[in-house]
Amino acid sequence: MEERQVEFRNVSFRYQEDMPWVLKNVNFTIGPDEWVAIIGHNGSGKSTIAKLMNGLLFPQEGEVYVGGTKVNADTVWDVRKQVGMVFQNPDNQFVGTTVRDDVAFGMENHGMPRDLMVNRIQQSLKAVRMEKFERHEPHRLSGGQKQRIAIAGVLAVSPEFIILDEATAMLDPKGRKEIMQTVSDVQQERDLSLITITHDLQEVTMASRVIVMNGGEIWMEGSPRDVFSKKDHLTEIGLDTPFVSKMADHLKKEGVRLSREPLNHQELLEDLCISRSTM
Amino acid sequence: MSSSMIIGQYIPADSVIHRLDPRSKIAIIFFYVVIVFFANSAMSYGVLALFAVGSAFLSQVPFRYILKGLKPVWFLILFTFLLHLFVTREGDVAFSIFGWDVYKEGLVQGGAISLRFFLLILVTSLLTLTTTPIEITDAIEELLGPLKKVKFPVHELALMMSISLRFIPTLMQETEKISKAQASRGVDFRTGAFKDRVKAVVPLLVPLFVSAFKRAEELAMAMEARGYQGGEGRTKLRELQITKIDVYLYIVFVLLVMALFMTRN
Repeated sequence: MEERQVEFRNVSFRYQEDMPWVLKNVNFTIGPDEWVAIIGHNGSGKSTIAKLMNGLLFPQEGEVYVGGTKVNADTVWDVRKQVGMVFQNPDNQFVGTTVRDDVAFGMENHGMPRDLMVNRIQQSLKAVRMEKFERHEPHRLSGGQKQRIAIAGVLAVSPEFIILDEATAMLDPKGRKEIMQTVSDVQQERDLSLITITHDLQEVTMASRVIVMNGGEIWMEGSPRDVFSKKDHLTEIGLDTPFVSKMADHLKKEGVRLSREPLNHQELLEDLCISRSTM
Repeated sequence: MSSSMIIGQYIPADSVIHRLDPRSKIAIIFFYVVIVFFANSAMSYGVLALFAVGSAFLSQVPFRYILKGLKPVWFLILFTFLLHLFVTREGDVAFSIFGWDVYKEGLVQGGAISLRFFLLILVTSLLTLTTTPIEITDAIEELLGPLKKVKFPVHELALMMSISLRFIPTLMQETEKISKAQASRGVDFRTGAFKDRVKAVVPLLVPLFVSAFKRAEELAMAMEARGYQGGEGRTKLRELQITKIDVYLYIVFVLLVMALFMTRN
């Protein structure tokens, strides 16, 4: 089997025996260096997917493979070294009393020697551009800065997958932008697969692939352009589409011809310029 | 508000006392507390006081902060002094007030006990003034280390302490937020009878507790996701190190003990 990939094979999950299934027979593979966004409205099972990936939960049926090993109670500690996770609330995942202690927390758990830790702290703080804050206490940081520290803490363990479980949901637009910038920089610098679970449509357009969840099943899968071009399907399950995408729709109705589904303002503008010059 | 918040009484400085290993500080203070009770002559008290005042001087902590630490116990010191003064009925009568004889022995004993109190509080507050709470936590973890053999959860205790320290400012900010939110809904925290004010705390505490439990749950999940599996096989970033200064401290302390026993009656 291919190393460095996450694979879900016929995974079904429910929290308790008499409860409804949260995930129903889910199959997908996330390969190396991919950026996958998982979207879906509340209760669609997207956060459960994240927790299954690093062994916070185990499926009742089917198997989850990370880097070729099946996730179970024996392998879970190795799996957690490979799969880093950043959660929603910036405060409730900050364990250390200072930035430096928090970045070290994961490494301490994995029993890394101290010299290596000191090195890695520097590197990972640099990667998230927070090297000046090494001695700061958490209450002196903004939400976005705390999330960047959380990312640094995950990077320090050098995982192969990073899951952002609605990591930007509690941030202001500035913090959100910072995080997405950091994440995309980091992904380009290191060989990493990114999995973002999100409501934010801007985040979705940055991904290379989108998985749309609905009622515990995969509803749709494809590139952001493909997914957003099927707006009717998305609105059917109560999901919103980006403003640019809606705008393009209205333009099409007015008779403007566009060559492709635009993902951002820039693309729409370029398209409009081309169609105008050919008119 | 948040940038000026300092937990505990720690006064940052780069003095010899600050640089001591917290384990040494705690151990020496423990033994100091023991030997204070061996002093029984003016000279022996003098030797002990010299050590305490000398350390305070070396710590570079402004005098007013040390006084602040003594504030809550002034009354106790005064009370024990007066108690000894009036209750002791030995030796010669020194003088009498309102027909009550005060004996010389009472004066001496009262003075000695008060001085003992003063010295104890001085050295212990020096510890909290020159050591960060997290250093104290680390030192306690190390010093209690041997108890692991009898299954005492030393690591867990230290982790609990450090997480509490970490969340004090967070919960304080939250308390402020909740109290503002409740005040805007008409809860009055400041005026009214004592009973009413106590009652007004309930709508503050309930949401605070609910959110603290939610935080705890999420934190536990985040810790687990980052590979936390107890103290077993864990390495530590923060390391305590015995340096030359610590060795000097031990030498000075041994000399102190010797001087104390030479000056005793």
